[in-house]
Order: sequence, then C-alpha cells, then structure tokens
Amino acid sequence: MYAFNYHRPETLEAASAALAAAADGQVLAGGQTLIPTLKQRLANPSDVIDLGGIAGLGGVRREGDAIVVGAMTRHAEVASSAEVRNAIPALAALADCIGDPQVRNAGTIGGSIANADPAADYPAAVVGLGATVRTGRRTIAGDDFFTGLFETALEEGEIVLSVSFPVPRRAAYAKFPNPASRYAVVGVMVAETASGVRVAVTGAGGHAFRVGAMESALGASFTPEAIRDVAVSPDGLNEDIHASAEYRAHLVGVMARRAVAAAAGG
Amino acid sequence: MPVDISLNVNGKAVSAQVEDRTLLVELLRENLRLTGTHVGCDTSQCGACVVHVDGRSVKACTMLARQAQGAAVTTIEGLAEDGKLHPMQEAFRENHGLQCGFCTPGMVMSALDLVARNPDPSGAEVREWLEGNLCRCTGYHNIVKSILAGANAMRGGS
Repeated sequence: MYAFNYHRPETLEAASAALAAAADGQVLAGGQTLIPTLKQRLANPSDVIDLGGIAGLGGVRREGDAIVVGAMTRHAEVASSAEVRNAIPALAALADCIGDPQVRNAGTIGGSIANADPAADYPAAVVGLGATVRTGRRTIAGDDFFTGLFETALEEGEIVLSVSFPVPRRAAYAKFPNPASRYAVVGVMVAETASGVRVAVTGAGGHAFRVGAMESALGASFTPEAIRDVAVSPDGLNEDIHASAEYRAHLVGVMARRAVAAAAGG
Repeated sequence: MPVDISLNVNGKAVSAQVEDRTLLVELLRENLRLTGTHVGCDTSQCGACVVHVDGRSVKACTMLARQAQGAAVTTIEGLAEDGKLHPMQEAFRENHGLQCGFCTPGMVMSALDLVARNPDPSGAEVREWLEGNLCRCTGYHNIVKSILAGANAMRGGS
C-alpha cells in the first residue's frame, strides 16, 4: 500500500470537511473493495476518510411503505434483519449471497453502490426495486444512480447516507455467481410493484439496467412463460474470461425466468 | 508517521504504534506477535486470517489496524482457557480436522461465528458457511466433521 493519511471523523460534517480539504480524498466504508485495491497499489489516495466512527449511518428501519437501509449497514445485517426478511425477503436473500460470511460482516450497502462494480449484487436491488438513494445533499432515483462502469451520479465529495426500498408486492433475485469470487456473472431482480413490474440486471452490462420488453410482458402475465421469447441483445454487454456477451445475454433470460418463478411461487 | 492505537485483544487492553496503512493482521502478527492468525492469500479470499472484531468474523488482511481502534478483537490465541483447548479446537484435534494446519486458525474462528448464529448447523450449512475459508490440502470433509462435533460439544453434547 502507498502511504495515506487516515481520518476517522465522528460527524458527517467533519467527514465532508476532511474530504474537501484532501488533495485526493477517498471515503472508506466497509473496505472490502477499497482495501484490496489499495493493497494492489491500484489507488493512491492522499487521504482515507473512514465513515466507521460516525454514529447513525447504520441500521435498518421501516418508514411507511419503504425499508430504509443506512449506508454503513453491513450485508450480514441486511440478510438477517427481521424487518427486511418480512417486508422484502428478496433483498435479504440478495444480501445473503454477496461474497462470503466475512465479507458480509464487513462490506456495506453504501460502499457497494458508491463503488458501482458492474458485477455487484446491490445495484440490481437499487434499480429493480425502484429505490431512492439519499446523500448529504439530495435524493437520487435508483434508475438514475448508476451511470457507467464504476460510475455513479454522485458528485465530488457527495456521501451516501441511506437507501430507501419501497416494499414491492412480490420480488425475487436470481443470480448466476462466479464460482470463485461469488460476484454476479449475471443477476436479475424481478419485482411487482404498485407502479408495475420492474426487471433489473446486474453483471451483464457496464452498470445495472432494466429490460423494458420483459417488464411489459410480465405486466400482462407474471409467469416465466411470458418472457420465454423475449431476447436480450448481446450488443454492448460485458465480455471477459468468465463469460462471453452472448452467454451473458442468454443468462439474463434464464435468471429472469428463475426470479419470476421464485417471486410467483412465494 | 506512526500513531498510537489502543484496543482489546483476547481480553487484554493493548496499545501499539501503527502506520495509517498498517493492516489489522500486521498489527496482530508483527506488533503483538500473535502469529496464530495467518496470512494466506493476502487478497481476502482464503480466510486464514479470520479473527473476530466486536464479535463478528472478519478477514484481518482486509481491515486497517486503525479501524480497530477501541474494538474487542479475538484471535485463535484467545480461545483456550487455562491451558485447556476450546471445544472447537478439541474437535478439530479429535476429528483430524487439519492436515498441514495453515488454514486451521481461520477455520476455527469462522466456525465459532457460525455456531454463535446457528448453534446446531447442518453439514450443508457448515459447507455453505465455509465459502470464505480455503483449505488447500482439500481436507474439507474432516473440517466439516470437526465443526459439527465442536458445535455439538458447545451445546453440551458428548
């Protein structure tokens, strides 16, 4: 690791001030991506601002028709939260299949979405459940949050505070994990919400995206058969040693049908 | 520039001088000489460095020492009491749960987090839980057997 200055502020204001004062500041949440990145010398921030000392950024609560997850809430807490399991079991199940138990004990939702790894699981939930991301400055619609490969709508110095997930009528997440890393080769969140069906895909593209043709077909009939013939184009999809773009496009259909079957059955 | 940090390790208050970039595993092994916590892959995958921080099992190679300021850390050295192995350690010994032994500290610490959440896990649940712990001797069968026996002993079984 290159040397950096570590800060552990106790308030959000102090964190923002430290970030603003730094030549090249980097926010540290659970560290499950950032620390390996620093160890490989793939990043060289002048200052690392740890949010771990700020009270009130973690935890899950019900607010009306939504489940609000604090930015520093660890994956294991979301997975085991009775509130989440009752209201949005698909979200608890998604959190429970991230990485491994020790990663889930450290990694946070805020860190995951701010990092915007194209193969991360949470983006499928943020987009698929029509969530809203609250930051220190504003709220951002889940549909607008992910803008590219490791790119989000967050501005310089903007810190995620919480993510609000409207409770769907029913939802399920189906994932084809990379057998070694457990990142999603393809993951699909399907949700039937008050405003219609949403289908969001992670792992396949540069960032999570919705599949409109599947959403309208499922709006007419919420069954796996309804989307059997909806093809997803491989154009622009990710291609790497793990899977070709064509294979990923195929997996989107398979995972979407599995998610619909799981949601319809539950 | 080194700074002072203080934390509780295996029930004792300790303080040490660390750099901002010092990892928790480096603090444990190099400053505190607690070399039971191993560094295997150093890339968050193998789980040889698993310790408990405030009761949660984490990979000590993927946490900064300064993040543990004020925390309670338990390592493999903190399990035995009065020279008597912890029931989970004893189960690994009884069931040949280790071959070369390199992954064992992480396996034991990970297993204890599982048992804390689920005192009576099934074999399948143990295998699923060990996602983040690799044994390159591939001795998983006896590791699972050891954890089931350890969990049983911790429940008061024979």
